Amino acid sequence: MFRFIVRRLLQLIPTLFGLSVLLFAWLHSLPGGPETALLGERATPEKVAQIRSMLGLDQPLHIQYGRFMRQVLQLDFGNSIQTGRPVTDEFIERFPATIELTLAAMILAIGLGIPLGYIAAKHHGRFLDTAAVGASLFGICIPVFFLAVLLKVVFALNLHLLPTQGRLTAGLDHTRVTGFYLLDGFMTREWDVLSDALLHLILPAVALASIPLAIIVRITRASVLEVLGEDYVRTAEAKGLTERIVRRRHVLRNAMLPVVTIIGLLTGGLLSGAVLTESVFALNGVGSFVKDAIFYSDYPGLMGFILIFGLIYVLVNLACDVSYSLIDPRVRVR
Amino acid sequence: MSVIVPGPRAAEKIDRLAELAALSEERGGSLWQEAFARLRRNPMAIIGAVIILLFVILAIVGPFLVPYSPTAQTWRDEVSIAREAFPGPRAENLLGVDALGRDFFSRLVIGARQTLLVGVVATLLGFAVGALLGAVAGGAAGLGGRRGAWIDNILMRFTDVLLALPSLLLALSIAAVLGRSLTTLMIAVGVVQIPVFARLLRGSMIAQAHSDYVLAGTALGVRKPKLVLGHIVPNSLGPVIVQATLTLATAIIEAAALSFLGLGNPDPSTPEWGVMLADAQQFLGVRPDWAFYPAAGIIITALGFTLFGEALREALDPKLRK
Amino acid sequence: MRATRFRAVLAIGAVIAVAAGIAGCAESKRDEPAKAKNDKLVFGTAGEPKVTDPAFATDGESFRIARQVYETLLTHEEGGTAIVGGLAEKWENSTDGKAWTFTLRKNVKFHDGTDFNAEAVCYNFDRWYNWKGALQNPAVSGYWQDTFGGFATNENADLPKSNYNKCTVKDPSTAVLEFNNVSSLLPGAFTLTAFSISSPTALKANNADNVSISGDKVTYPEYALTKGVGTGPFKLMNWDRTNKETVLERYDGYWGSKAKVKTLIFKTVADNTARRQALENGEINGYDLVAPADVPRLKQAGFNVPTREAFNVLYLALGHDNPLLAKKEVRQAIAHAINRESIVKSKLPEGAEVATQFMPESLEGWSPDVPKYEYNPDKAKTLLQAAGAAGASLKFYYPTEVSRPYMPDPKSIFESIKADLEAVGLKIEVVAQVWATYLDTIDQPTPDMWIIGWTGDFNEAYNFLGTFFGKPKPEGWLFQNPTLYAALQAVDAEPDRAKRVEMYKELNKQIMEFLPGLPISHSPPSIAFSKNLTGIKPSPLTAEVFNNAEFTS
Repeated sequence: MFRFIVRRLLQLIPTLFGLSVLLFAWLHSLPGGPETALLGERATPEKVAQIRSMLGLDQPLHIQYGRFMRQVLQLDFGNSIQTGRPVTDEFIERFPATIELTLAAMILAIGLGIPLGYIAAKHHGRFLDTAAVGASLFGICIPVFFLAVLLKVVFALNLHLLPTQGRLTAGLDHTRVTGFYLLDGFMTREWDVLSDALLHLILPAVALASIPLAIIVRITRASVLEVLGEDYVRTAEAKGLTERIVRRRHVLRNAMLPVVTIIGLLTGGLLSGAVLTESVFALNGVGSFVKDAIFYSDYPGLMGFILIFGLIYVLVNLACDVSYSLIDPRVRVR
Repeated sequence: MSVIVPGPRAAEKIDRLAELAALSEERGGSLWQEAFARLRRNPMAIIGAVIILLFVILAIVGPFLVPYSPTAQTWRDEVSIAREAFPGPRAENLLGVDALGRDFFSRLVIGARQTLLVGVVATLLGFAVGALLGAVAGGAAGLGGRRGAWIDNILMRFTDVLLALPSLLLALSIAAVLGRSLTTLMIAVGVVQIPVFARLLRGSMIAQAHSDYVLAGTALGVRKPKLVLGHIVPNSLGPVIVQATLTLATAIIEAAALSFLGLGNPDPSTPEWGVMLADAQQFLGVRPDWAFYPAAGIIITALGFTLFGEALREALDPKLRK
Repeated sequence: MRATRFRAVLAIGAVIAVAAGIAGCAESKRDEPAKAKNDKLVFGTAGEPKVTDPAFATDGESFRIARQVYETLLTHEEGGTAIVGGLAEKWENSTDGKAWTFTLRKNVKFHDGTDFNAEAVCYNFDRWYNWKGALQNPAVSGYWQDTFGGFATNENADLPKSNYNKCTVKDPSTAVLEFNNVSSLLPGAFTLTAFSISSPTALKANNADNVSISGDKVTYPEYALTKGVGTGPFKLMNWDRTNKETVLERYDGYWGSKAKVKTLIFKTVADNTARRQALENGEINGYDLVAPADVPRLKQAGFNVPTREAFNVLYLALGHDNPLLAKKEVRQAIAHAINRESIVKSKLPEGAEVATQFMPESLEGWSPDVPKYEYNPDKAKTLLQAAGAAGASLKFYYPTEVSRPYMPDPKSIFESIKADLEAVGLKIEVVAQVWATYLDTIDQPTPDMWIIGWTGDFNEAYNFLGTFFGKPKPEGWLFQNPTLYAALQAVDAEPDRAKRVEMYKELNKQIMEFLPGLPISHSPPSIAFSKNLTGIKPSPLTAEVFNNAEFTS
């Protein structure tokens, strides 16, 4: 086990290295970089050339890359062009928003998905089952951004039930402790902040949860169906155990294995969806920053965020693999 | 398993063995024949197939049947953003006129072709490159011994790099670098699909590499390439085709997402449903139908491919055979 | 069974204990909530500011905030373009035009309590003049370089000699600024927010010039990212980057009419639609850069959407290194081919107008007598035939993911122009680029045609014409027109403003006769307010100050 983890961590390094080289080369092949974006219409070739030489952007790529990697190893990703502040600071500030959103979406997806999938499997072949399958297929096929806009138009603009954007109402005085507003509100007992943050989180979380929910419903259903047909379940039912116990001890535990695997893969999908949802609901998370960075040619910001992303994504998948082997004693990690 | 004697007809006998391996244990008929029979009875598959057929027909034939050119701004003077004057459905224009004075219905129909094109090309790209990578990696890992394992490792590291990024960000980065064009959209969405196909084919091939007929064939001295190309690959095709169908659906949606974020086809005259949906966002309050129709088109088409793909997967699943 | 239930109870109990422990473990640091409901104004913006020190800023959002906190020697009248006194009550130009004497307002104090006087003025100007190292980066000191050229010690060979000579303190209320040459940019440039007067005490105490470059990153000092001490009606309290909010508070010691609201918050909502929805939902009280498509429905819903006067221009630029475009007949053909009236009516908001020349009507020097090029596609076709350019192929570039005041939706304007050109037989090759790349490309010879514009900084035509054509071979355009260039130089050297205005009128006729490109439109960016908000006069220079804003209910 330990060796497995270490080996996977070591395999991380060439992956991230390859990623950074690719990214670096690609981004620096773009003409008109950050220096032009800063100047706007006032840009002239002389000014651009001057900036480039002052920032060392006209030096050969490999020298720039060397400088970049030296900084990265000190966990210094440079300053974001858009905001002028260190990329690491930007990431730390925006991270909580995205985490809150993705966690909320995951909780929704898992909390609703597993019971729904189980119920669908139990009613296999009947109306509830078909409805669940149909709904989940629909959930996968609707573009996340379209769903987000629909939700916003219906619930916020027409029914005025929920706010249209942001994480908190503008100007709401709040004490920032961790940056996770739900947690902060709870910790400081500022209940109005807690409820405000919750209200702002509902629509984006629902929109983002649509695809994971659909997938979890289908996988749970398929997995439970498979398990229900197994001998040991029939034996347990024949023994006279109540359904609840059968469910708890046997069915769910065994059906969970594929779901756990899926969670790791879903993280990537969640981050993609987060970019779209954050744009529609103006949540200042990591996703919207990356999207802005791409359009603003903010190389340092983009590089830093994507590398950090990659790191997190791989680590999450590693954790899932490890937990998979912990849950199922039959699985041996190679 | 009967013993096969080396000889001039050994290869034929290998083929027969491979067939047997793919046979159902109880009844006659190959995997594919049985799958088809099952599909025919599955309502999901029928609905999916019908949708796909309709969509393809629309894409191919539609452009010849539309009343107007999708790019001509014929009614520009009747349209005003400032005065919010947008002629709706009327005798002249079936679905009204869009923000630039073009016939909306014509754009919708021609948009089907562009959307199909994007989906198909992106999927083909992902499939071709991914399958190649996966086949080489899988073949190397399964049959290549130490050197093969090394090749497999390198190729898998490469796909890991592609997987390390959330798909949308990867597509965004590619599109941002290559500049905006229809080709870029197809490449960006296609590249994202490569690791999926690669992993799939590789996994399938590695599993096959341990099966009996392969062992037998190797023992008999059948050359590796023939084994791989002639037998292993065809047997692995089932899941890959299923994945391709599902990928088509995802590709169309991802292309729409990229257009929404602003990286769609810059030639604004060529309609494509994703771009039309993105452009319609700012007019949602005034003319929601401009968003509704392309969205409905995308959703229904994606549903069609997904339904069919799922049904196909169930049909091809040997475990579900009774 | 009992064992598991016991374990479940234990688990739930543990969770509750932990939760109770967390609740209240951090102290709430906020003050009493605002008592009066109408004490807070939230204004939506399209982007975040870059810096809080306007001397380092080049973008509109940084200036928007700086305008509430700082003031300049001269300013524009509220809601107009005429130059009036700001921190200076009177100003005089010497006979040779190279020295400006400012009589300053008395009894004005900075937010930190120190006095505003001539010493403070000279401190600020000398500060900018003496910038070294990283501060000479055009992205850091953009406006200084555009207006006054170089610095005391130019560290880069490309920097021109500075036009600034020195500043003298005649007495606490009189400052004299001397320059080496006459410049048409003065006195207009004294209204630029980049030249706001900061408190010298604050600048010194906070090491405000500590801009450094290490590798490829520019690091601004803390002062430029969090603080700002000026003389304006609002004090800068806090810039909350996580929530993209800048919080300002009324300055009770302001010399002019004090602010009526206590708190002014600028909140960034990047997406146009989301911004509009925030206004409709009551989450903000107003916002700038309203998308033209949103104007009618906001008006219908009862919001105030006053129209600003347009102070910008959008034009179609042509690259003269393409031999076809170097022929005047071809350029004239293009001018006749494009239906500008139709574009303005259908793509741009109310108040937009067709541009007959490269500067707006409200700018002095505008001439009604310039050659006009009416929409006439047949004439266009004839001209093209005569020039042998019928059916020619041209590369047409346009920018994406950007919205400028003069070009709210580049794509739709581009599509209309393209359709018109194709209707006279030209073949158009489309290239779309993101804004940053686009800005770089249009200075190169590659594109044949592109759309771009300019928003005026102050009331001086040279700010437009000089920016476009003030070089012997302007990049992108790549034409050589020595007569035009000489005329521009002459107007720049003319110290008498009235004479300059006449010269500009002649210049505009000359330019439109030469027709280097085609001016398309002037389009005022719209600003929107909630129904109960009054007191803000829309400014053509988007230079609204919010001290007179108040809620009526």
